[in-house]
Amino acid sequence: MSQGRFEAGQRVRIDDRTPPVHHRVPSYVKGQIGLVERVCGLHPEPEKCIRGDGKPFQRIYRVRIPQTDLWQPYEGTDGDNLEIEIFEHWLEPAE
Amino acid sequence: MNEPWGPHDIGGQMAGPIDQSEHENAYWEWQIDAMVRLALAKGLISDFAELRDGIEQLSPDDYDQLSYYERWAKSLAYTLVAKGVFTEQQIGDKVSEIRRRQEAEGLL
Amino acid sequence: MTDHQGHDHSRTFQPDHPEPISDAARVGLALRELLFENDHYTADEEQAVIAKMQGASPENGGKIVARAWTDPDYKRRLLEDGAESIKELGFELEPYEFTVMENTDTAHNVIVCTLCSCYPRALLGMSPAWYKSGSYRSRVVREPRAVLSEFGVNLSDDVDVRVHDSTAELRYMVLPQRPAGTDDWSEEDLAAIVTRDSLIGTQRELAVR
Repeated sequence: MSQGRFEAGQRVRIDDRTPPVHHRVPSYVKGQIGLVERVCGLHPEPEKCIRGDGKPFQRIYRVRIPQTDLWQPYEGTDGDNLEIEIFEHWLEPAE
Repeated sequence: MNEPWGPHDIGGQMAGPIDQSEHENAYWEWQIDAMVRLALAKGLISDFAELRDGIEQLSPDDYDQLSYYERWAKSLAYTLVAKGVFTEQQIGDKVSEIRRRQEAEGLL
Repeated sequence: MTDHQGHDHSRTFQPDHPEPISDAARVGLALRELLFENDHYTADEEQAVIAKMQGASPENGGKIVARAWTDPDYKRRLLEDGAESIKELGFELEPYEFTVMENTDTAHNVIVCTLCSCYPRALLGMSPAWYKSGSYRSRVVREPRAVLSEFGVNLSDDVDVRVHDSTAELRYMVLPQRPAGTDDWSEEDLAAIVTRDSLIGTQRELAVR
């Protein structure tokens, strides 16, 4: 059984598109680069859950982003992180 | 920062101090909560995402001014009308009936 | 209103209306009556769902924490696969992935759902009003240390903060650190000192009676 496109520790970029439907990627992380903290399970794609588009399942990944990347200025340490779960179809590999 | 997509997309925005007072659900709020869970269990809504979508469709004013369960109520109404389970007329008529009942009970 | 001092963008509750007398509350009641009239569900079913929701409480989380504190192997399993491990204690949260984050001397965890208010209710009971509030959801991802200070948690620079934004199908609980002076305590006594706020992350130290 496939474990998905991405591995723990891999650098990924969160897409910054704005589809005109319900989606679960907050604006503040769109376009950000982070590390996959862990690979999670398969869950229904939110965009397809509205009014019966068949509920296809996708893998979720927890992505860790340094707070200092998200906010300038940021009040805290360089070790402070934001961790967020993102569906596979929102991620691309990053260098 | 990117533009927020809807009234719910508020992570990272500036805001005031957090009101830490506790709130026990009123009984009608439990009833709204149960209604949504049962709507899901009975297949009237296919996924909790439909409730979230309905909330995200609220006007910014509604989103700001309605309470948590009031948002759930409006969201469920929007979704059940969109899915053809009830018409806006049916809901409106029932709301009027409830209002008359509440007036008669001296609640208003 | 131009004064934003204390303005809670995204209100949680209406303190002046404990009765369902707003327009939106009446819409909710109207839907309920229509659903009854059309045999979609019954008053008994409603009762059962409400009773079940009212039966969940942070005490469940306390039991899980106490087991993790007293059984290192269980703790390892819990941190690796929360969803499966809680079944060993008779709990479950399917279809959500229950995920436990451990506080340590150098890390403090805090949970939020910025987009709405996802929370492991069936396991921990109702989320607090502040958890659902616009102020918490907006601010804790951006200035967690300031928010934590408002809750009485003041962290030194030796401790990193991990904020977890619950956006999809994961549901989180913080595993607080076991306080000193509790080495010979029973699981029951340990569970009793765990608080709701320590499971969310707005409390770090647990009081030892």
